[in-house]
Amino acid sequence: MMDWTAVILSLKLALATQLVLLPPAIFCARWLALTTFRGKAWIEGVLALPLVLPPTVIGYYLLVAMGGNSPLGRWFEALSGQTLAFSFTGLVVASALINIPFAVQPAQRAFEAISLEIHESAKCCGLTFWQTFRRIELPLAWPGILSAAVMTFAHTLGEFGVVLMVGGNIPGETQTVAISIYDRVQSFDFSTAGAMSLLLLGISLVTIAISYGMADRLMRRRRL
Amino acid sequence: MRGRELLLRRLMPLLVLLVVATTAAPAAEIPAIAAAADLKFALSEIATQFKRETGRELRLSFGSSGNFTRQIEQGAPFEMFLSADENYIFRLAEQGRTVDRGRLYALGQVGLFVPHGSQLRVDAELADLRAALQEGRIKRFAIANPEHAPYGRAARALLESTGLWDSIEAHLVLGENAAQAMQFAASGASQGGIVPLALALAPEIARRGQFILLPAAWYARDPLRQRMVLLKSAGDSAAAFYAYLLQPAAREILARYGFVEPPESE
Repeated sequence: MMDWTAVILSLKLALATQLVLLPPAIFCARWLALTTFRGKAWIEGVLALPLVLPPTVIGYYLLVAMGGNSPLGRWFEALSGQTLAFSFTGLVVASALINIPFAVQPAQRAFEAISLEIHESAKCCGLTFWQTFRRIELPLAWPGILSAAVMTFAHTLGEFGVVLMVGGNIPGETQTVAISIYDRVQSFDFSTAGAMSLLLLGISLVTIAISYGMADRLMRRRRL
Repeated sequence: MRGRELLLRRLMPLLVLLVVATTAAPAAEIPAIAAAADLKFALSEIATQFKRETGRELRLSFGSSGNFTRQIEQGAPFEMFLSADENYIFRLAEQGRTVDRGRLYALGQVGLFVPHGSQLRVDAELADLRAALQEGRIKRFAIANPEHAPYGRAARALLESTGLWDSIEAHLVLGENAAQAMQFAASGASQGGIVPLALALAPEIARRGQFILLPAAWYARDPLRQRMVLLKSAGDSAAAFYAYLLQPAAREILARYGFVEPPESE
């Protein structure tokens, strides 16, 4: 037995999060990797905050920010006719925010691994910013970017606290696999809970394997 | 470089397929219904029967009534709300979020559940619970969180009126809602709990321990007057389900799960 509605919703959420988060995260990672300035540690620190903040703290702030009484919540409601909190869109916003460190950090490590000489030779060859980015940096940094994508994906599937607080457990809208497992355990439906737990376990294992493999690739490249 | 491009090219169709498969959204017109956690088994059964008879689907969410009230106040898109405590319904009605002041659909009841293998014995006077507390046989005792779960409030009222509250308070584990309290009590993680009759009657739970119904007079201060209401956003399906719940077919299922029919005058 499997709660397919929840599985599909989780996959949808994970893909949407990647789509929204990865492009800005990649540019942010590149920027952080290639520049040094005063106060950079603070920016990196703010981006890493979701790693250490309790999900309930993030959930609380998001709920306040997205609820029907906040300017953002009201603006979204006027625009779309539905509330941001307790909607799929709201979950995507929340999920993108809490995944920032998982997307930025691996990509940043990858951009940092590209040596200065390569940047300089690219400039000497007369390549523009976009040419350098597309033909040189992206191909060299791709293990880190793939790792960022995979981590974001898996972390979104597994997120619980924030989703429960901001999403509110509505089947087909905000009831993700992790929430559905919690729900099934409460109703003693251990076979479904077990099957879905196994699915998440498998996905997590594959994720870790891929991202470790990618890190390994990066390290070897650095040695060359 | 070549290998990588090949890999990407091979993965691309798979990725596209994934995106397409997952963005084919489930029909958003299916109404979301918020229901008190004690209805978990009964309402699921009624919804299945409702779908068989009318072809209409529902999305059911179960949780604590207090939590749902807060979520509805913050704009959660539920079309119907079944609360274990009617005061939550009145609060939403006064804010103008509901169609009317709703209908009383049942009176909830609680009792003592003791899982198999527990040190505690089941009796109608709670004599062994009292003795067990004195002898230190109770390590953990489950109730729902009185802060936002009506069943938690009823359990607290019951424990207070029987004079057990002071000695049991330090041993309490609080479920986020009545269903979680039930899970705590039935899984054997605690020596027992004050839980809804409606959940204890479900076969999945009944076989895990013993249950005894306790007198409603013991928690008369916080009665479980359960009221349902259609919210302003309610569509046809939600309205049809609301009406269906008052029909004999649904009433029969509710009665089977121990929900007492409210007095006619309500």
